[in-house]
Amino acid sequence: MSFQAFVFYVLSAILVFAGVRVITAKNPVHAALFLVLAFFTASGHWLLLQSEFLAISLVLVYVGAVMVLFLFVVMMLDIDFEQLREGFWRNLPVAGTVAAIMVAEMVLILTSPESNLNGFKEPAALAADYSNVKDLGRQIYTTYLYPFELAAVLLLLAIVAAIALTMRKRKDTKWVDPAEQVKVRRNDRVRMIQMAAEPRVEDRGGDTNNDNAAA
Amino acid sequence: MEFFQNLLGADAGLAVWTVLKIVAIVGPMMGAVAYLTLAERKVIGYMQIRIGPNRVGPKGLLQPIADGIKLMLKEIVLPAKANKTLFLVGPILSIAPALAAWAVVPFMPKLVLANIDASLLYIMAVTSIGVYGVIVAGWASNSKYAFLGAMRSAAQIVSYEIAMGFALVGVLMLSGSLNLVEIVNQQGQGLAGGSVFSWNWLPLFPMFLVYLISGVAETNRAPFDVAEGESEIVAGFHVEYSGMAFAVFFLAEYANMILIASMTALMFLGGWLSPLPASVPVLGESGFHWLAIKAAFILFCFLWFRATFPRYRYDQIMRLGWKVFIPVTLVWLVVVGFWMMSPYTLWK
Repeated sequence: MSFQAFVFYVLSAILVFAGVRVITAKNPVHAALFLVLAFFTASGHWLLLQSEFLAISLVLVYVGAVMVLFLFVVMMLDIDFEQLREGFWRNLPVAGTVAAIMVAEMVLILTSPESNLNGFKEPAALAADYSNVKDLGRQIYTTYLYPFELAAVLLLLAIVAAIALTMRKRKDTKWVDPAEQVKVRRNDRVRMIQMAAEPRVEDRGGDTNNDNAAA
Repeated sequence: MEFFQNLLGADAGLAVWTVLKIVAIVGPMMGAVAYLTLAERKVIGYMQIRIGPNRVGPKGLLQPIADGIKLMLKEIVLPAKANKTLFLVGPILSIAPALAAWAVVPFMPKLVLANIDASLLYIMAVTSIGVYGVIVAGWASNSKYAFLGAMRSAAQIVSYEIAMGFALVGVLMLSGSLNLVEIVNQQGQGLAGGSVFSWNWLPLFPMFLVYLISGVAETNRAPFDVAEGESEIVAGFHVEYSGMAFAVFFLAEYANMILIASMTALMFLGGWLSPLPASVPVLGESGFHWLAIKAAFILFCFLWFRATFPRYRYDQIMRLGWKVFIPVTLVWLVVVGFWMMSPYTLWK
């Protein structure tokens, strides 16, 4: 067994374990962290396929950004585990049927002669000065320009939609406008008053009482 | 390397040689971290007209070693209701990326552990994992203060990573490479014969500032230290940690500081290049000492910020990241793009 094959099987074992734990872990935070592990291991597989740019961007985007926000939400959930486990036996037949159909479909596709899995060759060894990033950039901006731009517009649409959905101006929210804050000058807030000093009050009633008490 | 390969065979020899190189990087790094803590206390001390630690050893020079021994001998308290495994995984998730990022940082053109093609991308990816240490620690502690710290930190780090990434896009536009060695070498050409004026900080000045300030925010340092915020949430995400587990968070924070300082020096301040043109004898020669001086200066700025600025309010942090830094970097990206395509371009 070559070193690459050894690494592949180790990574695959971790990946399968992490994937199984994502759905079997009772605690949702643990499940999310196992999903992080699964992404990280998958990027190792992409490295084995000599696509280091995609491998690193998988870690950067999914592990570094998406899953952080995911974890952020999952950590704040207040989950009742009893309620979660309640419908397990009732839903098992339906879920089992769906799972069986999906497995059958995958087996049919992967084993059929048309998909020709054995026909895929090992990736050819690349020259030492071959730059994955440059090649990818050239492909995206020449051959696949239109699909790439379409994907970009779709993403932009998703950003705008997400902001539009959550930006409901509530009337009772208190917030400050930094521009207004910066514009404030001393004269808007403070008024300096010149006033004559109060004349001193000579004999106070309280003092005499105290003196009497002491005496 | 040949010596080990002859002794142990090709594969084992390479492995041993690589481990030795890792030790040669991590060892001095830990020393630098220890003495950075002393430097911090001394610098801030003098800025506040105090003396700082001066009891242990001559002029207090053995203070970090005493601190280290103290932390190692202390008990690690496991809170009763904490999630034990994740509580201990937290510090590891924090320090591992801080050290792993050093694998691709070049100290000299040939002096780098792994000179990979996409080293800039690698550093961004690896440092983005560091936030898990804070989140996991805050959640596993099962304490409200720790959880609040983790929440603040997660939102802050994710926001500032975007601005940081855009600043780096500017750098790689100018150098046309994701390789850190080439990014530094490219800065040695151009205006004024490879001197201080041909480095990236001048054409990318807004991005240089954005990167430096985002670096302070990414490492959770004052004035962006709301994740710890001792006056509001005690010590934030590491409030339940003690002894060595706490020390690991401390090490990770300072290792990240040194990393950000080195990255700023490499990408914007010409790395190991001399600030004088190469034609000047002795002082014009490039060398590791220039990188060290530049990184040390940026680290001094980090300490200076901490002694100078009051902590940002949380909404101000978010506003600065999203509404100031990201638009500034986006606009400057377009400016640099037009500049490179115009007849006045400096980069051929």
